[in-house]
Amino acid sequence: MAYRALDQAGLLHVHYTPNTVIIRIPCASMLRPDLILHAFQSGFDAVFVASSGPDCPFLGEECVRKTAKRIEKAYELLDEHGIDKNRLLLTGVCSTCVEAIVGGLERLEETLSGE
Amino acid sequence: MKERNKIGVYVCHCGGNISDYVDVKKVVEAVKDLPNVAVARDFVFMCSEAGQNLIKEDIKNLGLDGVVVASCSPHLHEKTFRNAAKEAGLNPYLVEHVCIREHSSWVHSDNPEAATQKAIWIVKAAIAKVSLARDLESIRLDMKPEAIVVGGGVAGMRCAIDLGRAGITVHLIEKSPFLGGRAAQIGKMYPSGISGIELVKKLVEEVKNNPNIKVYTNAEIVSAEGALGEFKVKVKINPRYVKGNVSDDTISQCPVEVPDEFNYGLTKRKAIYKRDFTYPDTPVIDMNACTKCGKCNPDFNQKPKTVEVTGSIVILATGFKPYEPKEGEFGYKVYDNVITLPVFDRLISISNGKLEYNGKEIRDIAFIYCVGSRNEEHEYCSRYCCVATINAALQALEKFGDLRVYHVYRDIRTYGKYELYYEQAGRDGMLFFKYDPENPPVVERSGNKLIVKVKDLLTYGEEIEIPVDMVVLSVGMEPEMSDVFTMLRVPFSRDGFLQEVHPKLRPVETAIGGVLVAGTCQGPKDTVEATASASAAAAKADTYLVKGYAELEPFIAEINPEKCDGCGECVEECPAGAISIENGKAVLKEALCKGCGACGAVCPTEAINLRGYYYDQLRKSIEAAGGD
Repeated sequence: MAYRALDQAGLLHVHYTPNTVIIRIPCASMLRPDLILHAFQSGFDAVFVASSGPDCPFLGEECVRKTAKRIEKAYELLDEHGIDKNRLLLTGVCSTCVEAIVGGLERLEETLSGE
Repeated sequence: MKERNKIGVYVCHCGGNISDYVDVKKVVEAVKDLPNVAVARDFVFMCSEAGQNLIKEDIKNLGLDGVVVASCSPHLHEKTFRNAAKEAGLNPYLVEHVCIREHSSWVHSDNPEAATQKAIWIVKAAIAKVSLARDLESIRLDMKPEAIVVGGGVAGMRCAIDLGRAGITVHLIEKSPFLGGRAAQIGKMYPSGISGIELVKKLVEEVKNNPNIKVYTNAEIVSAEGALGEFKVKVKINPRYVKGNVSDDTISQCPVEVPDEFNYGLTKRKAIYKRDFTYPDTPVIDMNACTKCGKCNPDFNQKPKTVEVTGSIVILATGFKPYEPKEGEFGYKVYDNVITLPVFDRLISISNGKLEYNGKEIRDIAFIYCVGSRNEEHEYCSRYCCVATINAALQALEKFGDLRVYHVYRDIRTYGKYELYYEQAGRDGMLFFKYDPENPPVVERSGNKLIVKVKDLLTYGEEIEIPVDMVVLSVGMEPEMSDVFTMLRVPFSRDGFLQEVHPKLRPVETAIGGVLVAGTCQGPKDTVEATASASAAAAKADTYLVKGYAELEPFIAEINPEKCDGCGECVEECPAGAISIENGKAVLKEALCKGCGACGAVCPTEAINLRGYYYDQLRKSIEAAGGD
């Protein structure tokens, strides 16, 4: 869903920060929390988990709860490694929620520039 | 595992859509010498035949063991490139299609340098992913030409008829004693003018005459399980308690009279009753009302019968229920003459000569729109109600003449050709008042009239008082809940209706393989739309059932028994009940797996992966993209 929102952003020629790499996964509930830590350790400054939210084609509403659990675990891992938790953002993004993508990235940029 | 090191990388110009902003040559330069890459090229249109041939030739001549195509969104051409690879003899799942158009050139056209850098990162991540890609095989499942349809309304019957005609055996399960559903309660329908009862009659006739359709009425679903190709549904068929032929005369001798739910209590029916327009012809005794007087020669010894039906596909056509306004909502249940649109519809149908309600002749009617819709409780618009309300008002005017009709609306959505009805209402002298949801109309009583007070936006907020004999609340649709949803674990949308996989790409399929949706269980629809969606669901079912097998994408969970310690976390996490612990190890029932990967995320030993998205692939991708 969120991947489609990125497609939609493209169709609308919306601009957002180019310092981004998109890794496609079918459902945010598959994210192992250590993968998020791995991203930070591989040189990324921030991680944006764009989940399908309640519109998830696999899990529906249930996706929100499952994904939130992954993020909570990831927060713990980030804490252990002294990484600012504000650098990790989870947002539910429907297939046309372009603003959610752009807004989320802006928030992360603000976090990074404020540090 | 051994890394793939003969990967072909193809960067598409998309005729300038990409190459005007992304320096495609630079992308090729940046990756061509990477250790896993055998060849990197750019081309004007990768999706063209020439572009696909480029890939095919390289697979054959260079012996490529993986392919990366960087072009438009994979939602557009992933299948194209997978097929090309397959034709050239390469496993199609060794192709990774990544997006540098929607995700880079189009969104970073203001900064070509950054767009190019982003494209390089994306391509590097894809190369890393392919370097660890496994050969995957699509899953082939055998299909018997047999389907289960839940719900015997217009949508369910339409599905059953379409499937039956295609030679599929259909089990049509209806919980109430008769086929027909809610559409039968509608009077003259838009746009054809056919009445609900006539429509149902026609469908029932076809259902009855098709030997492929087996109908179960008065039937409750006790259990439903299985997966695409092998569903099993247990149905409890409740007895009708009648023996042999029961004449209308016999029915009329029943001493009990109860409100007839078909007419929302506007009329009465006997404890033993039938519906002439539908199937079956056999009456049923309502045991909640029956006094067991025995006049209809009943058989009270009949017991419920449980049968098990099987099907390769399940189509849910469980329908909707009209929103029931709260007590006091626009005077509902407080003043006698405040009724809902479905009740008004029945009132028109059963009234002759003049329109009467509660013994009072109705001359002035106000319709209040969007009751229970587009608010905090129901965020959605049911959409059919505007047209249905105007249609009902036009019907009433046509049948009873001399009515004064007032429409108190929030917004009128008579989309498409139904705009004609809106125009007709205006031409017929009906008046329209627009209210602000912050300041909704108020219904009060004054003498023997009801007064609708509305601050009308069309006259810049003028306070208008409309004296009427009846207020009709235009209510939207709510999903009719069924235990079968949870039995089959079908996901719901935020609105509480059943959720399709994608509204445009897979509009009648749910995330549960083999479970399709038809009609209003998926969301508000009018009869036209419900019927279309039912035919669509039947056609989709045919693609599996007529062919005799299904080919599914291989992206499901994979359990490594060597790493599994049998802790069972995955069993808890799986939304589909696809994993069980056997002999101390997690075992996957592949046909049930939806491919979300939630199990993999909670596995303490990383024994579970999602095929096509193995964690080692994701890690390497992240490293490659984060590198520089």
